[in-house]
Amino acid sequence: MAEKISKETVVKVSRLARLSLTTEETERMTAQLAGMLEHFRDIDALDLASVEPMTQPYPLKNVLRKDVELPSLDRDEVLDQAPAAESGRFRVPPTIGFDV
Amino acid sequence: MSEVAALPNGWQLIVGLEVHVELATKTKMFSASANRFGDEPNTNIDPVTLGLPGALPVLNQHAIELAIRIGLALNCKVQPCTFHRKNYFYPDLPKAYQITQYDHPLNIDGHLMLPGDVRIGIERAHLEEDTGKSTHFGGSSGRIHGSDYSLIDFNRAGVPLVEIVSRPDIRTSEQARQYVGELRSILLAVGASDAKMEEGSMRCDVNVSVHKLGTPFGTRCEIKNVNSIRSVGRAIDYEARRQVDVIEGGGTIRQETRHWDDATGRTETLRTKEDADDYRYFLEPDLVPLVPDQSWIDAVRAALPVLPAARRQALAELCGVDKDGESAFVVVERGQDDYVSAVVAAGGDPRRAVVYVQQAFAEQSATPKVPAKDLAALTILERDAKVTSTQAKTLLTDLIEAGGGDVSAMATKRGFEALDKSAVEAMVDAAIAAEPGAWQKYCNGEEKALGALVGAVMKSSKGKADGKVITALLQAKRT
Repeated sequence: MAEKISKETVVKVSRLARLSLTTEETERMTAQLAGMLEHFRDIDALDLASVEPMTQPYPLKNVLRKDVELPSLDRDEVLDQAPAAESGRFRVPPTIGFDV
Repeated sequence: MSEVAALPNGWQLIVGLEVHVELATKTKMFSASANRFGDEPNTNIDPVTLGLPGALPVLNQHAIELAIRIGLALNCKVQPCTFHRKNYFYPDLPKAYQITQYDHPLNIDGHLMLPGDVRIGIERAHLEEDTGKSTHFGGSSGRIHGSDYSLIDFNRAGVPLVEIVSRPDIRTSEQARQYVGELRSILLAVGASDAKMEEGSMRCDVNVSVHKLGTPFGTRCEIKNVNSIRSVGRAIDYEARRQVDVIEGGGTIRQETRHWDDATGRTETLRTKEDADDYRYFLEPDLVPLVPDQSWIDAVRAALPVLPAARRQALAELCGVDKDGESAFVVVERGQDDYVSAVVAAGGDPRRAVVYVQQAFAEQSATPKVPAKDLAALTILERDAKVTSTQAKTLLTDLIEAGGGDVSAMATKRGFEALDKSAVEAMVDAAIAAEPGAWQKYCNGEEKALGALVGAVMKSSKGKADGKVITALLQAKRT
């Protein structure tokens, strides 16, 4: 994290997040993201050798539920809120890319 | 299973498999709507499934247990684990990320054994969620390219999946088929999944590369849409030849995802890895770590059934057959090995018992109607040459139709009277006297001459003597 975040990285990340940024926005985001990374550099400066990596801020583990079925949402009510629906299903524009 | 020609010019095949299985839970991985195949579209949906704002995932305890069963059955280490978000935009994934496991999966470092004691490493078997189902409309092929629109059913979204990733230890398409078959048997045995490839509850992605011995592995291609065990073999054979042809033609293999077309028997480019996947994995903030207690793992292990390989081994030892052979495989696959054991325990001839069950009990359940003692009696009738093997087959059919009964009485009813050994021996002597030419030839080592002698005895016994017994008597007399 020694390097400052580049404009290219910001453009790439915004593309991955499907955000379309203007040149002016890209400049501003680059500066703001650089500021955030500064905070991590502060952490990097500390001696954390004896600190366990933390995956969660809560002291919790194994939050589980029983395998018991509950009713589904009402399909018609849900589909009424979708931009488009057909034959009980959500209708979406063609996707360019790949089959899964 | 046909043998496929080896790759030419010293090329060697390298295969790794990623198998996704849907777990046999009542509900989804992170929410309580039903995990049920074949329901009306979008009738098993909830806020978590649809990725509605504020919805929070909660792990399904039974899904974890089934995943641990899979891990233990595959000799994995079961370890503390975490969940990650795999971010990508696709309409069958309403949250815009899939919850999966990344650098700390539940199960790691296992293996599975194939016939011939071939060991295939299992890198990991991790938990994740399935996606919704898209159907593409318009365009020519019904596939995504050139479609006009798609319809999405979210019933499958959030269904618990375990992805089982093998190490690239598979060297032939035959081994790949065996691996998928064995994995399927194990999943069924431990009750983790119904593992129906035709319904998509078990799906294979196949990684194929080629290289020459002593050189690094070549660039691999990932093949998707391989929906049957047979297709696994066909897709690998096609893809390996394609890669060799490309390389020998002076080209290079690009790392890419390819689509298997079962109808044409070919693979074609789906997407190249040049627009490299960048899923920006990060820890799922809505889930806390999963740390299975040793006591839980021990309890799951203690409750595991005997696995198919061990059952085949036990059956093979009991009956004197090959543990990797057809009869052991088929009988264990049908779950009839306990029945065979019962037949043997009732005094049956072990080898005949397993063969009878393999050949005649395909339509029977794991607990056939024919009482074990009746089948045992039949094996003894044949072993003691009270009936011929042909007659035994007829009686076997009678026994199955009747659902059991006194086989000796059935034999009498059929007129299969017992020919004792001395009677057969007398007929053998008579045949030798009647066919001196054939006997001389046979004594001189012409095995073909045996046919005439056996035929003569069969004729004089009106088919009641057992060919095997006659042959054994003739062999004994020759020496």
